[in-house]
Amino acid sequence: MNVVVCVKQIPDPADPGALDPTTKTLKRDGKLILDESDSYGVEMALQLVTTAGGGEVTLVSMAPNGEVSGLRTALAMGAAKAILVSDDALAGSDALATAKVLAKAIQRVEGADLVLTATESSDGYTGTVPEQIAGLLDLPSVTFAKSISVEGSTIKIQRQTEAGYDDVECPLPAVVSVTAGVVEPRYPSFKGIMAAKSKPVDTLTVADLGLDASQVGWAGAGQQIVSIAEAPAREAGEVFEDDGTAAEKIVAFLDDLKVL
Amino acid sequence: MALSKIWVLAEATDGKVTTSTLELLTKARSLADTVEAIYSGGDADAIAGQLGEYGASKVYTTGDLAGALPGVPVSGAIAALVDGGNAPDAIIAATSYYGRDIAGRLSVKLDRTVITNNTDIEVDGSSLVTTEPVFGGTTDVKTTFTAAGPHLVLVRPKSFVAESAGGSAAAVETIAVPDGGKSAGAKVITRHVEEREGPSLDEAAVVVSGGRGLGEQEKYALIEELAKLLNAAPGASRAIVDAGWVPYSYQVGQTGKVVKPTVYIAAGISGATQHMVGMKGSKNIIAINKDAEAPIFAVSDLGIVGDVHKVLPQLIEALKAR
Ligand SMILES: Cc1cc2nc3c(=O)[nH]c(=O)nc-3n(C[C@H](O)[C@H](O)[C@H](O)COP(=O)(O)OP(=O)(O)OC[C@H]3O[C@@H](n4cnc5c(N)ncnc54)[C@H](O)[C@@H]3O)c2cc1C
Ligand SMILES: Cc1cc2nc3c(=O)[nH]c(=O)nc-3n(C[C@H](O)[C@H](O)[C@H](O)COP(=O)(O)OP(=O)(O)OC[C@H]3O[C@@H](n4cnc5c(N)ncnc54)[C@H](O)[C@@H]3O)c2cc1C
Repeated sequence: MNVVVCVKQIPDPADPGALDPTTKTLKRDGKLILDESDSYGVEMALQLVTTAGGGEVTLVSMAPNGEVSGLRTALAMGAAKAILVSDDALAGSDALATAKVLAKAIQRVEGADLVLTATESSDGYTGTVPEQIAGLLDLPSVTFAKSISVEGSTIKIQRQTEAGYDDVECPLPAVVSVTAGVVEPRYPSFKGIMAAKSKPVDTLTVADLGLDASQVGWAGAGQQIVSIAEAPAREAGEVFEDDGTAAEKIVAFLDDLKVL
Repeated sequence: MALSKIWVLAEATDGKVTTSTLELLTKARSLADTVEAIYSGGDADAIAGQLGEYGASKVYTTGDLAGALPGVPVSGAIAALVDGGNAPDAIIAATSYYGRDIAGRLSVKLDRTVITNNTDIEVDGSSLVTTEPVFGGTTDVKTTFTAAGPHLVLVRPKSFVAESAGGSAAAVETIAVPDGGKSAGAKVITRHVEEREGPSLDEAAVVVSGGRGLGEQEKYALIEELAKLLNAAPGASRAIVDAGWVPYSYQVGQTGKVVKPTVYIAAGISGATQHMVGMKGSKNIIAINKDAEAPIFAVSDLGIVGDVHKVLPQLIEALKAR
């Protein structure tokens, strides 16, 4: 079983950064890390390969400045190799252009049975890239998977829904987006970290993928930010240290609002 | 100047159109001369009255999808309508599982970008300007489309207030679903609905949510008991949904429900940006947290710096005593 996992490398969410006032995109100048949301896909892929008793996990990422920090983390978890697409022409890409790049990169992985993504990234969170990749590759897809099991050329998926979950079946090859928190991502071992340093990372440009630079980046974006403004802030009200009268205060507050 | 036509992706459960669909129809009415709905259930005739009442003159329906996930068949049917020379200026849907899946597929078929997570839409000439809150709602980003329509827009639920237009039932027109070819085949075998007690998160006047500060799963019973006493809907932060204490349908926030109740009570919730985007629009917010520096206090109207294990039982007793 060969699994491709799309992993996004993002600015550390603990330091969310800012939108660049001139280019109007997220500043991505600091070191990037593996999006935590993608660690679940990596873990699930590793488990599927183990269960199948053969095959490997290939990572695919698009990131500026030849960034590999996040890829190394996922390689240290156990992925075999990675494809990184990095090109100045990609700056300003919208989700559809991102999907075009990722789809082209995925096509370079031979014998891929399954493509995994997260349901949405932590920084851009459009949540449209998985279906866009599937559409571009003309593959079936299942979003919001909580669990995946393989039976021959079919996968069985528990798909989270707004009301509960659905049991879904889908033929392979397919694209599946994985919800966060459904598996426990392993911590890379020391051995894994050392091994990751020598695992192959194939770094490609837009031209290598056979894509026209006019389809991606600022040139290809079908949208443009017209303004960035501070949202009206909510005023903080009173804050009390609980001195045993907290319940009384809450009841009085609710009484005033006539919700009791 | 108004646009000439907008399509709204309509969703319904058990013959009832969702509130977020009614919100979108209401908004679309103010943006375009003609509003039509796209639907993919077997009961279009049953909901045509509600869709018409909120402004849709017509509903195009694919009919029942027989268990197929909606992305491929519905985007295919819409793309065929557009190719047939019937293109609207914009297609709008809720930021829901359904809306996201269809918009993603459709964006590839039409080679159009999708602007997501919006809370407002305005008309600007023949284009649209959308508003997307970022960084936990502290910054509003306005975006416009640079290419020709149909423009694809996803809107967060609860961004608009649904208002009836008093319209008559929408005309029902069945549209063909093209063969999905290689991309077809994902199929629902069994549906599982996790029963919830009390009012729904979408509709309740009071929402009581618990977070990791409750300490352990058993303590969520305090939230449920308080919710019952207040006729409130119980909710949760993602931390305790991920931990398996409560089902996903309880989650409030960016990847869960957006709620705007009269009162939102956050107990043992820190106030991460992804939680706040789901509840900051509440009319009144009460926060209970033992850490005086917790970000939730920046948006609360009444903040209690205290231990949920003391405050919640006292509050429950006080309410029972009334
Ligand atoms: C605040 C903000 C708002 C934005 N709004 C929009 C918008 O409305 N419309 C739009 O088209 N673009 C928008 N963008 C740009 C968009 O985020 C980028 O184009 C991004 O490259 C891809 O989208 P995403 O991260 O939102 O993808 P999502 O669809 O949220 O990502 C889902 C999954 O796809 C995979 N994936 C996504 N990107 C990569 C990558 N670079 N490498 C490897 N795997 C990846 C990951 O597994 C990820 O978890 C926005 C960006 C920001 C910062
Ligand atoms: C892409 C993405 C999407 C996300 N979507 C969502 C979402 O939809 N909804 C959501 O909620 N989160 C979401 N998150 C997660 C979010 O970032 C936070 O991790 C989460 O909201 C934290 O939950 P919490 O407040 O319960 O836990 P914590 O942040 O751990 O906070 C617990 C709080 O409890 C307090 N506390 C501890 N003990 C007590 C006590 N005895 N009495 C009183 N207070 C106590 C602590 O002071 C602390 O403030 C998302 C994250 C990402 C990356």
